[in-house]
Amino acid sequence: MAMTDTNPSAMTVSDEVAIEIKNMNKWYGSFHVLRDIDLTVQRGERIVICGPSGSGKSTLIRCINALEEHQQGSIIVDGTPLSSDLKNIDKIRSEVGMCFQHFNLFPHLTILENCTLAPIWVRKTPKKEAEETAMYFLEKVKIPDQANKYPGQLSGGQQQRVAIARSLCMKPRIMLFDEPTSALDPEMIKEVLDTMIQLAEEGMTMLCVTHEMGFARQVANRVIFMDAGQIVEQNEPESFFLNPQNERTKLFLSQILGH
Amino acid sequence: MSDTHAQSVAFVRDTEIPPSPPPARETGAIKWVRENLFSGPMNSILTILGLLIAFWLLSGLIPWVVNGTWTGNDIRECREILQGSGGGCFAVVAERWPQLLFGFQYPDYLRWRPSLAFVLLFLAVPPMLFIMFLPRWTLALSAVYPFLAYWLIWGGTILTPIFIALAVLFGYFTFAKIEKRGFVTGLLAGIVVAAAIIWVGGLVAGEFSRFGRLEAVESRAMGGFMLNLILGIVCVSLSIPFGILLALGRQSRLPIVKGFCVVFIEFVRGVPLITLLFVANVVLAYFLPPNANFDLILRVIIMITMFSSAYIAEVIRGGLAALPKGQYEAGDSLGLDYAQSMRLIILPQAMKISIPGIVNVAVGLFKDTTLVSVISMFDLVGMIRGPILSSTDWAGVYWELWAAACILFFTVCYGISQYSQWLERQLRTDHH
Repeated sequence: MAMTDTNPSAMTVSDEVAIEIKNMNKWYGSFHVLRDIDLTVQRGERIVICGPSGSGKSTLIRCINALEEHQQGSIIVDGTPLSSDLKNIDKIRSEVGMCFQHFNLFPHLTILENCTLAPIWVRKTPKKEAEETAMYFLEKVKIPDQANKYPGQLSGGQQQRVAIARSLCMKPRIMLFDEPTSALDPEMIKEVLDTMIQLAEEGMTMLCVTHEMGFARQVANRVIFMDAGQIVEQNEPESFFLNPQNERTKLFLSQILGH
Repeated sequence: MSDTHAQSVAFVRDTEIPPSPPPARETGAIKWVRENLFSGPMNSILTILGLLIAFWLLSGLIPWVVNGTWTGNDIRECREILQGSGGGCFAVVAERWPQLLFGFQYPDYLRWRPSLAFVLLFLAVPPMLFIMFLPRWTLALSAVYPFLAYWLIWGGTILTPIFIALAVLFGYFTFAKIEKRGFVTGLLAGIVVAAAIIWVGGLVAGEFSRFGRLEAVESRAMGGFMLNLILGIVCVSLSIPFGILLALGRQSRLPIVKGFCVVFIEFVRGVPLITLLFVANVVLAYFLPPNANFDLILRVIIMITMFSSAYIAEVIRGGLAALPKGQYEAGDSLGLDYAQSMRLIILPQAMKISIPGIVNVAVGLFKDTTLVSVISMFDLVGMIRGPILSSTDWAGVYWELWAAACILFFTVCYGISQYSQWLERQLRTDHH
């Protein structure tokens, strides 16, 4: 799949490269999960990755912050090559925020402590400053009043917004979202998507695995469709949805948009 | 009523039914008895049988306790006082109480020292157990306590515990400073610094052995319930950190670390504690240089700690396995390194899950300290089996002595168990 980048000419996208993945391959045992992945992400780009389950889309974005190890090819994040060097891995992880399907908040810490933990221990920010930053971002995701509660006392949508705030407290240059709304009740999806849209409007570089096609239409510069570990098709959202080229893409879109 | 059926499909209530009391036979004691004790023929038979057994037990126990005597200097005097009334000869407990607590070799004019150490324990333990309600500086009491207690119980110059404390302190600071360059480097540097301070301290303490001196008591003289408490407290407190390290090591990706931990845990769990104690008592002597004076209590502490840390490691491994993988990933994705995510995220949660299991091991371990009586140490059980029951004064007074031992152990173990349940409630964060 030698598809070159077809970036829409959005104002916020710069020529600077944020993530460069070249010829990347990954196996689980003998199972070839990711095959010859080539992907370049410009700074400020918002990319939505979709595809059937088991197509490797989560694995792909988890490779970017080394939650999964790739066996072949190269990944360069913000100029730092991802190798087995722990220093590089830690550097990349502190620059790249991630939100998970199941939020993964720390249940033994309060919301505020969840948000200040990494700034204090990784960035060595003074506690007071970290708390101010945390409150700023909690206000931004519209839950400052829950700061002293525990994650277990919040609804799913609130927890996911806290998870976003927690990532933002590290001042990341790139955000990865791994199906952030898949575990939420329908009523709560909107509040999380609104937060993500707000983030996109501020020019955050985002890679988002999601099936929220409305979200993809509204904020993505580029939609990537994956199947069987390969990038099958990528395009601007408009052309992607209205004029899919690959048969597999057409089938997938007809199934998820068909009702 | 059939003619109203058509209307009752669509139904709107316009009057409220007032609450009324339940029928008489459905409330109060009669209902409870009917439901819980006599709900059927089988149940009724079991209830009557149970009552008979309870009656039989109490009819033996109550006269034994109530008619018992607490005075008398030996079993013959006891028998005279009791005159066959069926009471217990508790005089043995009263007369040998100091021996039950301290053993028969601890100088009686020094018993105030371990007693003071025991009282101070109640100042030293709360900061660790109830830190959420106390100011942080109180933890200093807990930190000082082990060294103070050592000095009080064993005596000798105060320089020895001071230097050991300094070694721990500076060893830790060195570790904390150098840890950033790597965990193992930090650990080794810390150990080297601690060893150096202990070496210097040994020389200094030898030179100024009269400084801050309490009369020294040898380890051989430790006995009674005091010995059980010393072994239990020291071994439990040591085996929790070792257990954590073993549990983490067992999960490690480094094959040598993992291999060592697996072999250690499986070996220790595969042998009975009593054999390890025999090893401590007899076999270790063969491996040590002939004139090495390696304290027996220290050897026993090492063995029991090894034993219980293997069990605690498995309990904690269960706690680690119960955490969702997402917790590890969230820590990783925020850029926390291994030590940080273990200390801040994984262990606090895993330890919370492991509390019931750890308490189970701790209580079992505390009771297992009585096994040292088999290698001729005179702990509570050793005292009763040995010096007391074989004395001419009290030969044959079994029930009273073992009951006293049971009550002592039960008090401590029940206290631990109650605390752990309270702690679990305190740490519950899902709904307040």
